[in-house]
Formats: sequence, C-alpha cells, structure tokens
Amino acid sequence: MGAEKLELLFQERIDANEKIEPRDYMPEEYRQHLIRQMSQHAHSEVIGMQPEGNWITRAPSLRAKKILLAKVQDEAGHGLYIYSATETLGITRDELISRLHQGKAKYASIFNYPALTWADMGAIGWLVDGAAITNQVSLQKTSYGPYARSMVKICKEESFHQRQGYEIIAAMAKGTTEQKEMAQDALNRFWWPSLMMFGPHDSDSPRTGNAMKWKIKRESNDVLRQRFIDKTVSQAELIGLTIPDSDLKWNEERGSYDFGEIDWDEFWSVVKGGGPCNLKRLNHHKKAHNDGAWVRKAAAAYAKKHLNK
Amino acid sequence: MEEIQDTQGALWEVFIQSKKGLPFKHVGSVHAFDKEMAVQNARDLYTRRGEGKGMWVVPASSIVAVDPSDDQSFFEPADDKVYRHPTFYELPDGIKNM
Repeated sequence: MGAEKLELLFQERIDANEKIEPRDYMPEEYRQHLIRQMSQHAHSEVIGMQPEGNWITRAPSLRAKKILLAKVQDEAGHGLYIYSATETLGITRDELISRLHQGKAKYASIFNYPALTWADMGAIGWLVDGAAITNQVSLQKTSYGPYARSMVKICKEESFHQRQGYEIIAAMAKGTTEQKEMAQDALNRFWWPSLMMFGPHDSDSPRTGNAMKWKIKRESNDVLRQRFIDKTVSQAELIGLTIPDSDLKWNEERGSYDFGEIDWDEFWSVVKGGGPCNLKRLNHHKKAHNDGAWVRKAAAAYAKKHLNK
Repeated sequence: MEEIQDTQGALWEVFIQSKKGLPFKHVGSVHAFDKEMAVQNARDLYTRRGEGKGMWVVPASSIVAVDPSDDQSFFEPADDKVYRHPTFYELPDGIKNM
C-alpha cells in the first residue's frame, strides 16, 4: 500500500475515534510528535520530584512526611508509566534519558521555580497538580492507546495529590498571621507559573494544528487554562486567599472568569533555560543517574553470571 | 574482563489480576535485570494501592504478536461461521429457559 493511502486510512481511523496501537501504521510525524510530547510529560513527572523531595526531611509532622513520601513516589510512578508508554513507539529508555541530559527533551517549566516554604508544598499540590489534572483528564481521550491508558491510571491517583496540597494550604490559611502570609505568598508565586503550564495561547502554538488533527491533543491550551481558572478561583476564596490578578473578574455572559495577561517573556525565558532552578534540576538528575551507574552495572553483571550458570 | 554496559536492563511486560478469579490484564512494562527484580519493580510501580492480587511478568522479547496489518485476514476464518453464535438458531416461539 502506498504511503498516501496509508495516511488516508490512518486519518480515517483517527476521525472514527479509534485508538492507535504500537504496531499499527502511523505517519512518522505522528510518532515523533508523540515521542516529544510523551517524553516531555514523563520527564516532568520525574523532575517534579525534586522541589517536593527537598521538603521530605523538613515535613512538620510524621503524618505530613508519610504523605509527602507517598506523593513523591507516585510522581516517580507516573514518570515510569509514561516512559513505558513512550517506549512502545520504538525508542529506548536510555535514549529518552540521554535526550533529557543533552537538553534536547524538555520538561514542564513549573519545576524550574524553587519551593521556598512548607506552604509551597500546599500550592504545588493544589495548583500544579490541579493544572496537571486538567490537562491529563483531557488526555485520557488522546488517540494513542498506551498514552491514553497511562493517563487513566494517572488521573485515578492525582486527586490524592491535589487534596493533600489543598489540605496543607488550607491549614496554613487558617493558622497564625505569619502562616496565613506564607500561604498567600505561595499562591502569589505559583499562580502565574501554573497558568503557564498550559502553554502559549492557541494562536502562538505552532504544533497545535497537527496535534488536534491527529487527536493527540483533544482540547486547546486556552480552553484548558480557562477551565482550570474557573474551578480554582472559588477554592481560593473558600480559604480566604486572594488570587494575585487584579483583572480577574467573573464574566456573566461567558460564564467564565476574565483574567489578566500572562507574562510571556517570563514564560519563554524559563523555557529557554533562564528560570531560577533550570541548571540545578538538570544537574541533580544527571548526578542521580550517574551515581546509580554502578548499581545498574552490578545488576547486569549479576544477572549475566546467573544466566550462564 | 568484558566491559559491562550501563543500561536500564531488559523490558518486561506486566500483567495484573485485580481480584482472585478475574483474568490477568496487561498494565504496562518495567525494566529489570532478572525475574526477581522484574517482579519487585512491577509490584512497586503497578500495585501501590492494592490493585493486584496476582501478577505475571514476561520478558517483552518473548511475546509473539500478530502483525496488525494482517489482522483482517488472520481473524477472517471466524467470519463465515455464524453458526457458532447462539443467535443463529431458529427456535419455536414461547421457548423458555434456553
């Protein structure tokens, strides 16, 4: 069958909402788009362990520590689910990690911001995981079968993440004046970067066209961002915190909140490596990976010895 | 001595039985260097919330899959044997318990 005919049949399957499976025909650009998007997603889960992992030893109670440990372990798990799904596209785990280390593959910019106080553990769970959930719920319907299935698994686990974060920040918002200030400060610092997690405006998002045509993406950046804002505003109000946006206003006609313009210079600067923690996050990943090399080699040698017995 | 490469180990496919009596279902894969490590990694990754009562791990290289581009002709023999379905049969009106 000619390539054109195959692509036509492929698009027909997509249009009929059929899932594409690893061994099915797919256009090379579809495969490459998925590898880029899914590896970025997996790397985000893994790099995302760093800001929170940093607080495990400083958690204010044993309960908080156990929860945070479980949460960070889940993030590792989510990274592995998506790596596993990405590998079905014919790329190895080693290659995925090597691309991250070379800076060829990206991860979510939000993790290039530091987690300065315990209230940040609240803001990250509530806002960062909240934004991620909004995106991932939509991706449960993505056209690539293994990716869609990994999203279903992840979404089941994410609501624990968001609730534990909201519990932290709600507790601080009810606490002493100083604690309440800390909660508000965390919201102030994480609000805009959380909105940036949805990516550029649809009009500035060059790859959206193909991603929508192939149903890799099911809803646009702006639609998802609006949905996140609409459900989050009242959650802030409920605990007496103020969203740091003077343009935020309910629009009766649209049935949605209007909101201020995102600082896109900051967005692009962090994407390009200029965020407060870009270098630190990547170096830490490289170090952890390289420090583990002897363990992997020892395991390989042990397995080989027992195989030859 | 032969140089050992730094890799993530081989790929293993993981199948979970969520309840005794139910079939095993594919859930994803893990990397591991041997059976024991594959089982432990799969447990840590895929059953953190009691999702499993049973588990299989299989080296991915041992799985034989049907080429999807052949699937139509491969599964075709079933198509002309409608008499394998109970709805094929004509039964008198008023029949009960069948």
